[in-house]
Amino acid sequence: MKWNRLNETNGSSLALSFTSKKSSFNRYQSRAAYFLIAPTLLLFVVFMIIPIAMAIYLSFTSYDIISEIEWVGLENFRRLISDEILWITFKNVGVLTIFYVPLMIIISLSLAILVTKPYRGVTIFRLAFYMPTVTSAVAASIVWLWLLNAEYGLINQLLSYIGIAGPAWLAESAPAMASVIAVTLWLGVGGNMIIYMAGLKGIPNQLYEAARIDGASGFQQLIHITFPMLRPTTLLVSTMTIIGALQIFDQAYVLTQGGPANSTKTIVYHIYTTGFEQLQMGYASAQALVLTLTILIFTVINFKINQSKD
Amino acid sequence: MKQKENVKKLLFYILSSAIALLMVMPFIWSLLTSIKPDEEIFSIPLQWLPSTFTFDHYIEAFQSVPFGRYLFNSLYLAVMGVLFNLLFGSMSGYAFAKLKFKGRNVIFAILLAAMMIPGVVVMIPQYIVLNNMPLMGGNDILGQGGHGLLNNFWAVILPGAAGSFAVFFMRQFFLTLPDEYMESARIDGCSEFRIYWNLYLPLTKPALATLGIFTFQAGWNSFLWPLIVLNDRSLYTVQIGLQAFTFDKQTAYGPMMAATIVIILPIILIFMYLQKYFIDGANFSGIKS
Repeated sequence: MKWNRLNETNGSSLALSFTSKKSSFNRYQSRAAYFLIAPTLLLFVVFMIIPIAMAIYLSFTSYDIISEIEWVGLENFRRLISDEILWITFKNVGVLTIFYVPLMIIISLSLAILVTKPYRGVTIFRLAFYMPTVTSAVAASIVWLWLLNAEYGLINQLLSYIGIAGPAWLAESAPAMASVIAVTLWLGVGGNMIIYMAGLKGIPNQLYEAARIDGASGFQQLIHITFPMLRPTTLLVSTMTIIGALQIFDQAYVLTQGGPANSTKTIVYHIYTTGFEQLQMGYASAQALVLTLTILIFTVINFKINQSKD
Repeated sequence: MKQKENVKKLLFYILSSAIALLMVMPFIWSLLTSIKPDEEIFSIPLQWLPSTFTFDHYIEAFQSVPFGRYLFNSLYLAVMGVLFNLLFGSMSGYAFAKLKFKGRNVIFAILLAAMMIPGVVVMIPQYIVLNNMPLMGGNDILGQGGHGLLNNFWAVILPGAAGSFAVFFMRQFFLTLPDEYMESARIDGCSEFRIYWNLYLPLTKPALATLGIFTFQAGWNSFLWPLIVLNDRSLYTVQIGLQAFTFDKQTAYGPMMAATIVIILPIILIFMYLQKYFIDGANFSGIKS
């Protein structure tokens, strides 16, 4: 017991023979450690711990930067219930998530399967698929603003070649939401493709060999080997994708400014407007807490769904 | 059998090329738009290649908006973000991986848990904290009276200077390094800080490179936070400046595409040159949760 503990605290068996020296040395070591983590901890407390406590406190107050903070109790949360625009943004983000998350999983996994094929030049495809991920959502949205231009945009001009009159993508509710989803997918599939590639690499090849010997088709191998073996990866990708989807801002802000008629306005966009344009910081904090709770609930549900299959 | 394999190969190349084209086309199309004369930008049916190359849109982009200034601001913020994260991330990462101290596991767990907190919940409190930073921007010792660190580059640099991700990333790397150097250096009487700085830090160059590139990309691309805390036009980043373009110059697609290319190009060039690090970083950021 004593042996173990000593080894644990020092990591070196040498220390056993210098028990008294060791304790002063350990003190010295912890001093060095505290010195090394001090800047991180200081910033963490100032910009994370205090803000989290403040967020909870602020949600019970009315605060507009200019006047004093005023305690209003549950008033903000009562107000949330009748906040029509907030519920519209929740609905928008809900619709977005329902389409976006499954598409993200299907597309990024398909791309990963594609680029783990042992063909020559596959690296080039990997890079091409990943490239949108390195660009900013703002720059990408501006490019898409041009591509989706109703009259002169590339998309509608290409559609006109095959006799389709494309919609005014960003000026009508349904196409606008579809555009936001498509652009977000285009931006993000590369990153998740990489994560799936790592997951695919972890599947032992013998499983496939055995399945082939048993005469399983490619599709059967996909269903019975690839999907089940990738479940932890899918849990990770879906969790991150849901968390990301619930917090989309940049694309909606640049592509559509939330329009037409709030149809693409997101929750974070609404919080940004409430807090920083209308300066209702207490109320915006209450909205942010509700979003945090929503994210938590969806994450837990997602974990439950993915685990129950085990 | 061989024929079947060839068909599969052909299908692979056709499908992959089509998707690759879809992924890359927006970049090519905005590049082509930026070097076309105006009348060819708006021609129907569309004209793929410009009949004459023109850099007028680039000149216009830089003249109508102080884009050079924005580029400098973004570069400065991104580089500062990288330097601070590499320094603080490696310092704490080393301490968490290699040193024993009271509360190590608890503090580390709290740092990790913070990664799960959505950014939007601390957005408003962080703004208020910066606004009330004592003795900054005309504030008194209680943080009243002035505007604190708002409209100051530190408002962007400080909250992101020691990200949990950087700490976690560096810790994982330090864990892979053996303890033996540390032990023999201690017997030789080397100070703990020098063991970190002279012995272990140089061994983490690959990790630092990956983390640095990832942090640079995040800094260069960040939008919402700078938009909130930097309201002075002279402090705008390229992302804010670019967005301002869409509102100010609703139909000037030529200069807009030129500006977009200018801010996408550096990151794409870095990506082409250092793609291995991007891929490692992306891979690692996935493993983090």
